[in-house]
Amino acid sequence: MSTSENLTPARPLLEIKNLEVAFKTQNGMVKALKGVDITLMPGKTLAIVGESGSGKSTTAHAIINLLPGSGKITGGEVLFDGKDLSKLSQKEIQFIRGREIGFVPQDPMANLNPVWSIGFQVEEAIRANGIAKGRAEVKKRAIQVLKEAGLEDADKRMKQFPHQFSGGMRQRVLIGMGLSSSPKLLIADEPTSALDVTVQRKILDHLETLTRDSGTALLFITHDLGLAAERAEQLVVMYKGRVVESGPSREILQNPLHPYTQRLVAAAPSLASRRIQSGRQSVVAAAGTPLYAGAADAGVTESIDLVSAAAARAEQVAHTPAAGNAIEVRDLTKIYKIRGAKGDAKTLKAVDSVNFSIARGTTMALVGESGSGKSTVARMLLRLEDATSGEIRIDGVDTAPLAGRELLNLRRRMQPVFQDPYGSLNPLRNIGNTIGEPLDVHKVGDRKSRRARVFELLDQVSLPRTLAGRYPNELSGGQRQRVAIARALSLKPDMVILDEAVSALDVLVQAQILRLLSELQEELSLTYLFITHDLAVVRVIADNVSVMQGGRIVEAASTDEVFGNPRMEYTKELLDAIPGAHIPLGV
Amino acid sequence: MPRYILGRVLQAIPVFLGTTFLIYFMVFAMPGDPLLALFGDKTPNPALLAQLRAQYHLDQPFLVQYWYYMTGIFQGNLGVSFSGEPVTAILARTFPVTARLAIMALVIQSVAGIAVGLVSGLRKGKLFDASALVVSLILISVPIFVIAFVAQFVFGIQLGWARTTVGSGAPTQDLILPAFVLASVSFAVIVRLTRSSVIEAQSTDYVRTAYSKGLGRNRVIPVHILRNSLIPVVTYLGTDFGVLLVGATITEGIFNIPGVGNTLYKAIVLGQGPTVVSFVTVMVLLYLVVNLLVDLLYGLLDPRIRYV
Amino acid sequence: MSNTPIDTVPEKIPERSPDHFVAALDDTPLVDVDSVTVGEKPSNLWIDAWRDLRRRPTFWISLVVILFIAVVAIFPTLFTQVLPDQNCSLDNSNAGPAAGHPFGFTKQGCDIFSRTVHGASTSLSVGFIVILLTTVLGILFGAFAGFYGGWLDSLLSRIGDIFFSIPYILAAIVVMSVLFAYRNVFVLSLAIGIFAWPSTARVLRAEILRVKNSDFVMAATAVGLTRFRILMRHVLPNSIAPVIAITTISLAGAIVAEASLSFLGVGLPPTFMSWGNDISQAQSDLRTNPQTLIIPSLALSITVFAFIIIGELIRDALDPKARAQR
Repeated sequence: MSTSENLTPARPLLEIKNLEVAFKTQNGMVKALKGVDITLMPGKTLAIVGESGSGKSTTAHAIINLLPGSGKITGGEVLFDGKDLSKLSQKEIQFIRGREIGFVPQDPMANLNPVWSIGFQVEEAIRANGIAKGRAEVKKRAIQVLKEAGLEDADKRMKQFPHQFSGGMRQRVLIGMGLSSSPKLLIADEPTSALDVTVQRKILDHLETLTRDSGTALLFITHDLGLAAERAEQLVVMYKGRVVESGPSREILQNPLHPYTQRLVAAAPSLASRRIQSGRQSVVAAAGTPLYAGAADAGVTESIDLVSAAAARAEQVAHTPAAGNAIEVRDLTKIYKIRGAKGDAKTLKAVDSVNFSIARGTTMALVGESGSGKSTVARMLLRLEDATSGEIRIDGVDTAPLAGRELLNLRRRMQPVFQDPYGSLNPLRNIGNTIGEPLDVHKVGDRKSRRARVFELLDQVSLPRTLAGRYPNELSGGQRQRVAIARALSLKPDMVILDEAVSALDVLVQAQILRLLSELQEELSLTYLFITHDLAVVRVIADNVSVMQGGRIVEAASTDEVFGNPRMEYTKELLDAIPGAHIPLGV
Repeated sequence: MPRYILGRVLQAIPVFLGTTFLIYFMVFAMPGDPLLALFGDKTPNPALLAQLRAQYHLDQPFLVQYWYYMTGIFQGNLGVSFSGEPVTAILARTFPVTARLAIMALVIQSVAGIAVGLVSGLRKGKLFDASALVVSLILISVPIFVIAFVAQFVFGIQLGWARTTVGSGAPTQDLILPAFVLASVSFAVIVRLTRSSVIEAQSTDYVRTAYSKGLGRNRVIPVHILRNSLIPVVTYLGTDFGVLLVGATITEGIFNIPGVGNTLYKAIVLGQGPTVVSFVTVMVLLYLVVNLLVDLLYGLLDPRIRYV
Repeated sequence: MSNTPIDTVPEKIPERSPDHFVAALDDTPLVDVDSVTVGEKPSNLWIDAWRDLRRRPTFWISLVVILFIAVVAIFPTLFTQVLPDQNCSLDNSNAGPAAGHPFGFTKQGCDIFSRTVHGASTSLSVGFIVILLTTVLGILFGAFAGFYGGWLDSLLSRIGDIFFSIPYILAAIVVMSVLFAYRNVFVLSLAIGIFAWPSTARVLRAEILRVKNSDFVMAATAVGLTRFRILMRHVLPNSIAPVIAITTISLAGAIVAEASLSFLGVGLPPTFMSWGNDISQAQSDLRTNPQTLIIPSLALSITVFAFIIIGELIRDALDPKARAQR
């Protein structure tokens, strides 16, 4: 891209002007985009960053006129090579799609038709765009496309179906299809957010090489500011259907001017971990906010700034004297019996001789990619599943033989918060009953005192008391997660198992919940086991880290040590995969 | 795929044993003389009664009776009818007629049902869709014998387009009206099923991706939307075969079509219990076989089943 | 995308470049992160479903029709003073409408209107007894199979498969042929219901399998609820919605089944007022006296139609995905 400087024509490849999109709902037309301007020059990369509901994906779909049924472009224009795409006929836009604008969708699991083979779906794209003609020719080209996308054994796998491919492989297929006709523009809508970090990194590297080699401009959509800044020259920050800030990536990162961008910078775990690493202070404080020194916003930004949250936490832990181990795990192993591909019985060692201990009042993070066995460990700790062998000691007591009253006592002292905010609350029970249920089961106090406790818990997680009579579907993901935390805290436990508890949340909300967790830990001297796939978050919340791979703990040390001096290759790879690891920060 | 087929066939065996046992149990394990019960208020001819007693081994314990009955089925011996004619002989005569009627109905309901459902789904909320929904609801609600009488009355008596009863040898043109009647209920269900599958498929990610590849509607609709919507429809055709069998019994009875259903219909109306049991058993066996075939077809349509 | 080493971090904040755009704060006001907006009224699946149903005229029309049929079934004498099966006189055979006899007479000379009015209770009784049976059996089998899994699931599901493999009208034909001497409303309902429950069980089992892996079930286990309490308090309430929808529709199915069996002659004996019986007896008079056939057929079809419509509406209202499809 650096060589194309003097070749760049004056005309932008894509120019979105004042784009407005509305969706038809029961309450009339609701505007999703309220005047969006984006300019992308040929061969350049641009990233649109925003939280869910910001309109970033809607923008992507509007460009190629693939809004869902109820969506409509209600104003503005989408100039591509000088043509307004929003005014083209079905036939004309169909000609542009695939041929001139490639599209890589978000969820590789849902974007390939399950009933057709991979080869069929790639060949279909090639034929539609007139890249090759004739059976043999099309097939040859399809294999070539897949090989370029990184599927080495493409010729053998052409006849296989999507469900026989891993997520990463499917995403490679989708990238291959998107680039099959060397389009001038490739739109990639969160192409890797469903994948493990190490896979994500490889695929993005590959995508970068491919687009650079073919001179394809890349419009990249992501929720991760660090990723955006690392992968794109230009940034567009969107918020509630508008562009709040746009410009050169590095400049925006180093000098965010809009308060919303400042919030994002303060809350992005990838950047925070990087900032902590370089031992610098909060970016917001340093930037001095030349344009809007909005005092009103300072408090909010403060509350979601991960760096200051981490610093406050570190200080608090340093003052708490170590008081022995709350949790000790020895040689914990879990073997599942599964049915093999040929219908024969097989065993799967999900957890393999795992050892760790967590000191009272501290946080240990258990980090690993999907299938590493980290959640199985959590379920065994919570006695939701029995270990095949090994020992779990809580305050020195082996939990395996506990039953009845004793098991209830264990449950009272150790509570979980799970990942999926939409699945963790019973949709038919109101918030008050959900939070109060543990009190009810453990027969704590009478009706009146339970009610008082529910209100107290709502206060603790900063939710209004009026929510007690409401149902989960009225709450956002972050608010549901607060309710789940309140439920976990209702019995005043000593230990909380947080199984990917913040992974499904938007960055700002995630930062807020992380902050809340830190405060609660300090206030109630809680011991946390924090299970996550996201090393960046670990930097902010954990004292110690254990890295899991294939059921085993491959590295365990204090957070500083793991980040500063990783010993295992796998840990290095994980650290390296944190987006934004290579961006210099101007602070 | 071979493993899938084998698995399905193996799964069908206990169901086959269970269903035949259940029918046999219902008839012969009841208190009292099962044969007399089956003849209801009629007095059977003693010779026939003796023949039936021997046929069902009524002097033996229940399980032994069942054993003889099962081995009989595997030897192609389905017993004798009320008139003393072997059931297999009646089947040989009547089955081709019923097969013709059923295939006609199946083709009508599948082709028309899928076509109307597809158009309806693609034009959700438009006039065509709204009318298709209302018509299908009416067809689902009106029992098949009422539809048969309405058809006889309107097309046979009022308009004179068709004969109200089928002529001897059941010529195919006489079967057209009964086939439409027989197809009506399932047609309506298939319309609704196809419609909702099509609507669902239209909003899937893979359909959007297909468009984003540069494919046009005339490619995406048949290859990605319709193809995927067929899976639930085919699954339904299996269960629907039961409706078809009962429907055939009533339709053949009303239109006097000399098929398997009509034989059962007459046996029921005349209270010939043993014949009723024989023919219901035959139909249940047929139903099991068809469902096995549908399961295999399902495996062909859905690669996620075929290649685990 | 150069990987600039850390030591080249610029000391000062860079100047704002010309293409660095910032929106005016007035145009893009910030909202508090994740602020709580409490709506006017609580809402969950059932409340929303009721709100959805309440706004639909077809719901109210079908409900009124069903209530009307129920009143006819319970108090038939409110609508006709003529007795349906006595006072029949062959003098009136196939006679047309007369005063007090709005639809005329059957071949036996019975009043068509009165017979139709008195037939309502048979249809509704069979319908309700059958769904009571299918719901109880379906919930027992489906809930235990789905929730407890393992060998219990295998056993219960195989039993269900066997019953499911005999189309329930065919099964009822056999049962009724055997119990020919004992034909009455209850026996007929039993014959239908005993083979109709597996579809309810299957729907519920699938739903329970989906719900029982939810995080809220895990959370309840971690709190210490017993398995049975989890089933009753968390799993079953969240799985029951599709059962309710299919139950309304199978009520219509049971009414059709009764009429079909009576039509075939293995349903209720002719001494019972049943639309199926009346239609069966009227078929030979299709040419000469069509209203003997039309009136009970119409009554039967309207009843079934009302139940199917209300079942469809309830199903759609309880399924947010289907609601979006409309």
